[in-house]
Amino acid sequence: MTATSDREQMAYVSSQAADARVNVELDTGDMTLNIGPQHPATHGTLRLACRLDGEQVVVAEPIMGYMHRGYEKLCEVRTYPQCTTLINRIDWLGSFANEVPFILAAERLMEVEAPPRAQWIRTILFELSRVANLALFLGDMGVQIGALTPVFFAFRDRERVLNQIEEVTGGRFHPNFDRIGGLKDDIPKGWVEETRSVMVKMRTFCDEMEDLLVGNEIFQARCRGVGVIPPEVALGYGLSGANLRASGVDWDLRRDANPGLAWDQVDWRVWTHPDGDSFARYWVRLQETREATHIVDQLLDGIPSGPIMAKVPRIIKVPAGEAYLSTENPLGEMGYYIVSKGDLGPFRVKIRTPSFNNISIVPWVMKGVYVPDVITILGSLYFILGDIDR
Amino acid sequence: MTDEAPAEETALPDEKREALLAHFSESLGESLVESHLQPHEDLWLRVTAESWQDSIRTVKSAGFEYFGFLSAIDWDIAPEGRYEDTEFDSGLEEEDDEPVEIDNSTGHGGGDSRFQILAQLYSLSRQVGLILKTDVGEDMTVETIRDVFPGADWHEREAHEMFGISFRGHPTLQPLYLPTEFEGHPLRKDFPLLARQVKPWPGVVDIEEIPEHLEAQLEAEVMAAFEANGGAS
Repeated sequence: MTATSDREQMAYVSSQAADARVNVELDTGDMTLNIGPQHPATHGTLRLACRLDGEQVVVAEPIMGYMHRGYEKLCEVRTYPQCTTLINRIDWLGSFANEVPFILAAERLMEVEAPPRAQWIRTILFELSRVANLALFLGDMGVQIGALTPVFFAFRDRERVLNQIEEVTGGRFHPNFDRIGGLKDDIPKGWVEETRSVMVKMRTFCDEMEDLLVGNEIFQARCRGVGVIPPEVALGYGLSGANLRASGVDWDLRRDANPGLAWDQVDWRVWTHPDGDSFARYWVRLQETREATHIVDQLLDGIPSGPIMAKVPRIIKVPAGEAYLSTENPLGEMGYYIVSKGDLGPFRVKIRTPSFNNISIVPWVMKGVYVPDVITILGSLYFILGDIDR
Repeated sequence: MTDEAPAEETALPDEKREALLAHFSESLGESLVESHLQPHEDLWLRVTAESWQDSIRTVKSAGFEYFGFLSAIDWDIAPEGRYEDTEFDSGLEEEDDEPVEIDNSTGHGGGDSRFQILAQLYSLSRQVGLILKTDVGEDMTVETIRDVFPGADWHEREAHEMFGISFRGHPTLQPLYLPTEFEGHPLRKDFPLLARQVKPWPGVVDIEEIPEHLEAQLEAEVMAAFEANGGAS
């Protein structure tokens, strides 16, 4: 580098300033930034078209449909037992939990009730799929903000839970195990003890996540106060699950509208957080995962004996009527509105998925946030694309 | 949880929902056409199409502040789709000695039109769900409830593309899932499911008829397994 005189330096600085002035006069209108459809933060193929003013988002519009599979139409041409195969694939990380509300709604129309043993095993599998689903979120949230380690822990430990689900149902991701009137099979021998040890490991995993992320200064700086959703807005958009509870609304369908599963038989609590920001959503899900392992532990202690299948006809016909039944799935309220005309298959099924409502708040919550926060908020709202697109 | 519980429950009158129904038949007045109360489940209210937005507002102000979903039902009997390949289905009907009859009923709360809009709302303080329905007239238009519940925005867009129902006052009724050049409304009953038309569904083998000479034997096996299971801990 050659030595420069003060004079030369001043000339350089002033020319730079002149350039900057020219730039100000140039067009600095809004810029459109596409996030996705193939971004890791989108858990599938969601495209987020953001219009930016400098570093700030003016409008963020999610564009979906890349994975729309038309399940509502397909259910109309299938019999009730065949529908569960499709329904498994809505939220693919917590598949068993998808089947339960559909089966319960059909059971309600048929006025059939599964025997207590079936209800308990259903609840255990339901909570196991919650642990498997949320475990991935707990690790994945780290990836969204640049911490790679947690997700490897998550994949490692989630596999243990999936193994337990596989041992009962035969499927890691798509169990297709729930039947109208009960379950396909009983639990195998020795499964209870194995599951108990897996639950201990999952609690260790939760502690690790707490150490790695919740206590982490960078994580807090990136998440605290980012994407705040007040409770009344959350209710108006129909947010559910941890997203709603992180806004301080104390509502959990497992406790408040238990459709006959074994949640009322055990001692547990609903976690809420008053802040409504990305950090609160992470924190609530972390507590929920830990709580779910405690629920499983208690349920394992008291599985009642008896049959796992009620007496149902071999060919299932559901009497004419309408029913709406929803349960608290890992992602939030998942419900099925079934219209039956007394046929082998449903006349119409409306699938109310949690992610659809949870993501519909994106245009509201993204207004005015900075670009890096877009990913944080999207990650903390936590959605599964199959759950949006159905 | 116990086996006896549901029988007792249905016998019990559902005071919470009955009180609500009384409240709404007063506050909604003439806009309320019909209602249906399923004890310990949901409450169905059918309102007139003109009062759709106002009714939603009334219900919201009564404490139903949680927006569940909004959708539509096409009550038409499908000329295609499920009834196209019903050789098997109708065979079953005959076996059951039930004549195949076309069911024209329109569900809880009744209805006079082919299309109905329904919205599910929830009251957190009462822990009661409510399903509001309205008939969609010939003009296929109802008022938007987007101003009452912002969450209805996307649900209305979905209902628009899937059923062809317009929502008056909705600024962006663009397709949500379907490509812009897509023609037709897939969830209407007269929209053919092409894959099903081209190739019959192989799933019928799942509930194939069991040969007569095996039926008694199979039934006995199933019952034996059932009882054996019942005895096991």
